[in-house]
Amino acid sequence: MLTTFKKSILGGAALLMAAGVFASAQATEISGAGATFPYPVYAKWAEAYEAKTGVKMNYQSIGSGGGIKQIKASTVDFGASDAPLTKEELDEAGLVQWPMIMGGVVPVVNIKGIKGGDVKLSGQVLADIYLGKITKWDDKAIADLNPDLKLPSEAISVVERSDGSGTTFNFTNYLAAVSPEWKDSIGVNKSVQWPVGVGGKGNEGVASYTKQIDGSIGYVEYAYALQNDLAYTQMQNKDGEFVSPTAGSFAAAAANADWANAPGYYLILGNQPGAKSWPITAASFILVHKSQDNAETAKEVLKFFDWSFKNGSDIADKLDYVAMPENVVDMVEKTWTADVKGSDGKKIW
Amino acid sequence: MSVKQFRPAFDRGFHNLTFGLAMFVLVLLVAILAFLVVGSIPVLKNQGLGFFISAEWNPVTDVYGALPAIIQTLITAVIALLIGVPVSFGIAIFLTELAPAWIARPVGVAIEMLAAIPSIIYGMWGLFVFAPTFGTVIQRWVMANLAPLPVIGPLFASPPMGIGIFTASIILAIMIVPFITAMMRDVFTTVPAVLKESAYGLGCTRWEVVYRIVLPYCRAGTVGAVMLGLGRALGETMAVTFVIGNSHRLTASIMGPGATISSSIANEFVEADSKLHTSALVTLGLTLFVITFIVLAVARLFLLRLKKQAGH
Repeated sequence: MLTTFKKSILGGAALLMAAGVFASAQATEISGAGATFPYPVYAKWAEAYEAKTGVKMNYQSIGSGGGIKQIKASTVDFGASDAPLTKEELDEAGLVQWPMIMGGVVPVVNIKGIKGGDVKLSGQVLADIYLGKITKWDDKAIADLNPDLKLPSEAISVVERSDGSGTTFNFTNYLAAVSPEWKDSIGVNKSVQWPVGVGGKGNEGVASYTKQIDGSIGYVEYAYALQNDLAYTQMQNKDGEFVSPTAGSFAAAAANADWANAPGYYLILGNQPGAKSWPITAASFILVHKSQDNAETAKEVLKFFDWSFKNGSDIADKLDYVAMPENVVDMVEKTWTADVKGSDGKKIW
Repeated sequence: MSVKQFRPAFDRGFHNLTFGLAMFVLVLLVAILAFLVVGSIPVLKNQGLGFFISAEWNPVTDVYGALPAIIQTLITAVIALLIGVPVSFGIAIFLTELAPAWIARPVGVAIEMLAAIPSIIYGMWGLFVFAPTFGTVIQRWVMANLAPLPVIGPLFASPPMGIGIFTASIILAIMIVPFITAMMRDVFTTVPAVLKESAYGLGCTRWEVVYRIVLPYCRAGTVGAVMLGLGRALGETMAVTFVIGNSHRLTASIMGPGATISSSIANEFVEADSKLHTSALVTLGLTLFVITFIVLAVARLFLLRLKKQAGH
């Protein structure tokens, strides 16, 4: 009895050791942390990349602020943020930043009898709802935008993100762009002092609150709106046209973005002109250190993103994100060559 | 070494070992307190005592005030106790004094299992099952019938979202019931049977035995059980974060969304990237630490007074 017990322990230990050897022989693993917004697409890219190259990419979607903190502390190989850092912030921390993927933030509603795309909103009305100035669904301002729709006289329950997030940054950035009152009284940040409403944690939290609460309005990243079958709204864009959130309308907004003249790629895609542009389009960014102590790992990181730029657009399309256009990819890779170096000063890319 | 020589040496070793373990707790406590105090310095320097009395919480302008979180932490804990304590007391009395064995056993096991459910499960159940039902059934009625009342009306005025301070309090109450019950039951079973039998022999009713024999005998233990529940209610994090609505606002309504100290920390710590924001959250932690300390101290004093009255 005892011997079998001993044997099985020994056997187990041997197995564990073998597994350990196997794992360490199985080459590199790169790690990143940050934004929740691009998480679905990064996860799928990582899966496809690992199947092809055996290199494992481990991404923790802990939020943009967390990503910035982790890369500053060098606990991960790259950070990810939905809110770009300014050129000064980048220089101060010795970081390089580039846009990796684009998508959209989408207002979602839960009103009885209203399907996705039924309700039209303007930026001004959306801001007034989030300011607590419009409190009922049959308010004149909403009714005027939706003459064909019979909206209930129901209280609007506002849902927002309770944790800091790049999604909130892009959303408040848009509200500030269309509403001077929002800009002055609330401002733009990854978390703000919401005048009304309940806060859910993460895109999932907002999605589930919006689903639970009758008469609610929330904002989530597009993929979460689709996955949760939430009714999205149409939005009036800068050109005065009503558009639905689609990969096409995100791309239209991105087409007008002037990346070449944005130092450190600091550019926000909200409220871009163009008849087809979705007004709350957002890019998500990757951050790495300029000076890399471990050049090999850094090279693996860049190889992963290079592969994703060049082979990842199908996956991105399927998940309703928009891949970066080729000219931007070229620009980004030139930045890698120029700015990302080993600690000995040697080029990595 | 002979056995005679060995034993005192072993005893001394054992004494030192246990002494070291006990001291470890003190060192740990001091270390945590020191961490909290040091972490609090930036925001307290910046905002002074205003931090504790301001209701503004604004990461954009880096202005932080803890008042809503402090008040709502206390409110949720107190409501949870008001609901939870009588229920637990009832269950514990039933189990120890009234129930036949065939029912006392399964109910007792059920209570222990309830106590073992992780808090995040309570949170998920609260969000997906309890909150929608509470919102559509109870809150709609409350809003229509109680909210228009003068004076107390504003207490209940809030859209029927099912998510808010009161929902969080109810979930907390459900969570602390098994703890308090299990402890009270264990305490009640320590009453010597001979005491109770004598009382019955004198012609006491069941209620009189409970009220005049069991309760006085178990006073300290009962208070301890309640304090344990209160401590858990004050510090509970995940379940509350799910159902309280997470908004830093002072409202008159107990039906509306709010935030407790621990839910604020859980929500914002990862994303707090300004130094003051992190510090403000650490200071919230320190505040909770102090509040819990005060609660425990008050409980101790209360027990001391009870003991004196009882003439021990």
